[in-house]
Amino acid sequence: MIKKITNISDQGIICDFGEEVNKDINKKVINLFNYLKEKSNKNEIKGIYNIIPSYNKLVVHFDLEKNNSHKIKEIISTIDLKKLTTTQSGKNWTIPVCYDDEFALDLENLTNSLKLSKEEIIKSHLETEFYVYMIGFMPGHPYMGDLDKKLFTSRLQSPRVQVPIGSVAIAEKFCIVYPYLSPGGWNIIGRTSVKLFDTKNLTNPCLFSPGDTIKFKKVNKSELK
Amino acid sequence: MEQSYFEVLRPGINSTFQDRGRFGVQYMGLAPGGAMDYQSFLLSNVLLNNQKNTGTIEFAYQGPLLKLIKGKTKITITGNVFFKIYSQKGEVIGETYRTYDLNEGDQLDILATRSSVYGYLSIEGGFKLDKFCGSVSSQPRAFIGPNHGKKIELKDKILILKNSSTKENKIIRNIKFEEKKIFSVLPGPQFHYFSTASKKEFFSTPYLITKQTDRMGMRVLGKSLENLVNSNIPSEGIIKGAIQVPGDGNPIILLSDHPTTGGYPKVGSIISSDYDDLIQQNSNKEIFFQLVTLEAAEQQFALYIEKIKRKIANIEKI
Repeated sequence: MIKKITNISDQGIICDFGEEVNKDINKKVINLFNYLKEKSNKNEIKGIYNIIPSYNKLVVHFDLEKNNSHKIKEIISTIDLKKLTTTQSGKNWTIPVCYDDEFALDLENLTNSLKLSKEEIIKSHLETEFYVYMIGFMPGHPYMGDLDKKLFTSRLQSPRVQVPIGSVAIAEKFCIVYPYLSPGGWNIIGRTSVKLFDTKNLTNPCLFSPGDTIKFKKVNKSELK
Repeated sequence: MEQSYFEVLRPGINSTFQDRGRFGVQYMGLAPGGAMDYQSFLLSNVLLNNQKNTGTIEFAYQGPLLKLIKGKTKITITGNVFFKIYSQKGEVIGETYRTYDLNEGDQLDILATRSSVYGYLSIEGGFKLDKFCGSVSSQPRAFIGPNHGKKIELKDKILILKNSSTKENKIIRNIKFEEKKIFSVLPGPQFHYFSTASKKEFFSTPYLITKQTDRMGMRVLGKSLENLVNSNIPSEGIIKGAIQVPGDGNPIILLSDHPTTGGYPKVGSIISSDYDDLIQQNSNKEIFFQLVTLEAAEQQFALYIEKIKRKIANIEKI
């Protein structure tokens, strides 16, 4: 449940669901996100710029000309979160990954730090059913969890200046996919050719949504589009 | 009718198409973006009787040199900008916050912003641009916006939606560009992470705006902030103006093209009514931060809106 609601700007508030990062808490965040989004779409809450769900927080950004934090806090605090149920169930996806050495830039190093063989790391990654906690940082960029404990690892000491597009990478208990060429400090274990954000798709450009589940499927290099 | 258009003879340093930005999409990892200086952006459209959210060309430091190859248009430039118009009648030094007619063959030379960073070029009826998620704003890093989100480039053709049909020109007189040094801040979600002593310094000593500043963020350098709790947090949603403090203790103020979520603690947030002024500050300038209450920030915002309305009410025919 929401521990507290505070201002983070004169046009923004944050709902704090606590410090823990787990699916149960994240599902509550997403339920509130969906509820507020619908209310905003129906214009039952005015002047909403953006509602941003993350692991265990929900940020509401609004237009101070049309609304204010006092009113928005009041609306949220009167919602009975227990009664909000997930209206949209998450989609299930299977995403092809090639774990060849030329793509899996950090797999070799991980065998040393995790004391596991490449095959064991790949097997564990393939067996995990991932849950999308949030999309953030860049368009379409998913934060997925949870890895099996034996794959928990820290980020690179020194981030790469450029990570190739489609790199599948892990750090802590999470897995991500880089949708764009960007700097990055996560451990790269493979490559996918799936387009995570498609600007040609005007109605639904972002492939994944928070709450979706994802399984990875091992493919050959030739099967990457 | 033949398509009216400008050709770009010089693109300028950072010229992009911008409107108010994208809303309701940040949960997809897409930043709102939009014009950095909302007030200047808005006034450029109001002066031309455009819809308020019509796309403009935003430029930084040096703007583009454009030639009207085909058609007839009416333009205005807002911000603190030095520009010239070359026509058959000769060369005119332009006044900002005033509309001008451009005829076929005329050139518009946006030479420089004066003691500021951003300026805006609007044309009557707007440019012909494709929208994505309700906005024409460019985000070059994500290839989003007109022409795959690219910045405006040499020899680009910039299409004009329709030729100008109005005769009269308009002006807002006596726009003042005041020097601003002190920026107001509300406490951020991790305000308590930082030591009392270093917060005292943050709100009393000067910070230098560094060259590592763009549409995404402004890095300032001064007394570093001491974090007593943790220099990483689980990523959470970001709103422009947030002041995040990474492990090295040097604050970064997140601006319009900010990442949608971030994992660094935030000591505070620039109040909304100070944002337009903040982003207009040149690098190498020293600024100060002062802590204010939410009530004060809301009052300042009401004054900010009031001032814009007054400027709009002062638009006169020439």
